[in-house]
Amino acid sequence: MSAKSLFEKVWDSHLVCEQTAEHPAILYIDRHLVHEVTSPQAFTELRQRGLKLRCPERTFATMDHSTPTVPLAADGSPVYASEASRLQVQTLHENCQQFGIELFGWDSPNRGVIHVMAPELGLTLPGMTIVCGDSHTATHGAFGALAFGIGTTEVGHVLATQCLLQHKPKSMLVTIDGKLPPNASAKDIALSVIAKLGASGGVGYVIEYAGEAVRSLDMEARMTLCNMTIEAGARAGMIAPDEVTFAWLQGKKHAPSGIKWEQAISQWQKLRSDKDAKFDAQITLNASLIEPMITYGPSPDLAMPVSGTVPKPIDEVEQQGLDYMNFSSDQPLLGQSVDVVFIGSCTNGRISDLRDAARILLRHKIHQRVRMLVVPGSEQVRRQAEDEGLDEIFKNAGAEWRLPGCSMCIAMNGDQAEAGQLVVSTSNRNFEGRQGKGARTVLASPATAAACAIWGQIADPRPFMELPHVA
Amino acid sequence: MSHKKFTRLVSKTVILPQENIDTDQIIPARFLTTTSRGGLGRAAFYDWRFDADGQAKATNPFAKFEPESHQILVAGANFGCGSSREHAPWALFNYGFRAVISTKIADIFKSNALKNGIVPIEIPAQRHNDLMGRVAAELIIDLEHCKIELPGHWTESFLIDPFGRRCLLDGVDPLDFLQAREADISKFEARAL
Repeated sequence: MSAKSLFEKVWDSHLVCEQTAEHPAILYIDRHLVHEVTSPQAFTELRQRGLKLRCPERTFATMDHSTPTVPLAADGSPVYASEASRLQVQTLHENCQQFGIELFGWDSPNRGVIHVMAPELGLTLPGMTIVCGDSHTATHGAFGALAFGIGTTEVGHVLATQCLLQHKPKSMLVTIDGKLPPNASAKDIALSVIAKLGASGGVGYVIEYAGEAVRSLDMEARMTLCNMTIEAGARAGMIAPDEVTFAWLQGKKHAPSGIKWEQAISQWQKLRSDKDAKFDAQITLNASLIEPMITYGPSPDLAMPVSGTVPKPIDEVEQQGLDYMNFSSDQPLLGQSVDVVFIGSCTNGRISDLRDAARILLRHKIHQRVRMLVVPGSEQVRRQAEDEGLDEIFKNAGAEWRLPGCSMCIAMNGDQAEAGQLVVSTSNRNFEGRQGKGARTVLASPATAAACAIWGQIADPRPFMELPHVA
Repeated sequence: MSHKKFTRLVSKTVILPQENIDTDQIIPARFLTTTSRGGLGRAAFYDWRFDADGQAKATNPFAKFEPESHQILVAGANFGCGSSREHAPWALFNYGFRAVISTKIADIFKSNALKNGIVPIEIPAQRHNDLMGRVAAELIIDLEHCKIELPGHWTESFLIDPFGRRCLLDGVDPLDFLQAREADISKFEARAL
């Protein structure tokens, strides 16, 4: 048998039909995650065709994009930004009821950003195929799953047939050797990889992340890294499961238990690229050189070390991007005035991210100019943070402690910045207008974002990290 | 589903030279609270067309080139990157576009476009540069033969997902196709799960 990569092992084991000259491969989908924004038209399609949901037990839904993160009203009802948002969430509710889908809604202790929630519940397991009408589905690849975003028409395909027509992507190995400095994070690795590949460098590929630095990451950091794979154009990023993965999964609600757990482990241990596996492309980064990163233009690949100077634009389009950001080339970004800081999202809304930010903010106040939103990635994260007193650290510093949701990452629930404001955001996209029309977004890690909030300007988190920690 | 058929298109181009035009530009997220596919043409490139007060911008790239008569969008590399929102091709189609040409088109957008009557065409940089330099050039797109022609100048072949092409040419519906493989799907479930 020829050597196979991790991706090929998962791909091959889910082939219902091989690709032919006539049609793409038919790929079986183990897990389908559904949210309110990209699903209503798919359910309508099913109703119009008189079709049933093929596998209710493989389908799970939550509400996160259009949901408010401000406190509930006195009567316990959510305060939507618009009637359209309320209607969209209600439509998901009705669709889940009609088709028999388990929905983690307002009344659920597990509701959250879909890519934070599903792993917490053990819905994400090694070797699975996982899809969702959301490009950050790549997150689940951290567990050695093949996970990718799909369009709404394909959401309908999976609801009706549990399958997708897919062309086999090419494979790329991204090796991150060496040791990551303790003052850098998975977000900084992700931005470094995207800067190296470019925003389209991964188009057509599935990426496998490997190397010493990747093995040393905990599960939440691995999710952060895989999450941003789409920002380099690759639909999926994967990391081979190991003891770190298994330890994280054990005891999760939907993870196997007892004898089934032992059996699963022995299967999952095979989920690694064979020594002679072939990749269509390879790149290598040295983790020891990675510093805290920020972006300087309106594309996630325009990233540099936080202490760096903005590079000269390579063309007119990059110059227009700098003009939008109101930055000039050869200028350092340290010291640029910051208006809003957002901590949250499926990239950096997990408990370890909140701890990173809280560690910096402890015994500090945020700058008076700054509005800071801290939005936990899920109800579980919220409870954990409150148990640890992190919410108090954020509130004492002057930040707003919100309910879980996508919030300012996509800015469609009313959480947004104003035109011209500079936002330091732990989310994944800094496109023009992404966080509000005319808003300017700089992407960074939770630690960097917290340091920026204190200074009211773009700041290096490292001086804060050299102070002794109070546990 | 109203499956969109496409065989041949003769129309003019609109040029957007920017690279990495993401789906947030094609349709900003605040228009995604809809529960239907229809009527999104108004939202297409909204922030490129209108200012904060809803007035047409002087820089609106579509002001002189209404997509109704200029149905071919020629854009910089990596068109359609970012969010997987299928609202992007819904908005473009509803606005009037029937084809997108670039040197590289983002994966999810490409897949979504093909399912919604918009032909995503990747051509070599040299041809792309040539088109970028022409205002409102008339092109012939022949999906049957996978050829794109700038009359009087050149003809270029393009590669496209053969199944997606067949769906557009013959009106094959991918969901019907998948449903017809039910026996294979059940067999897989019995064997592998």
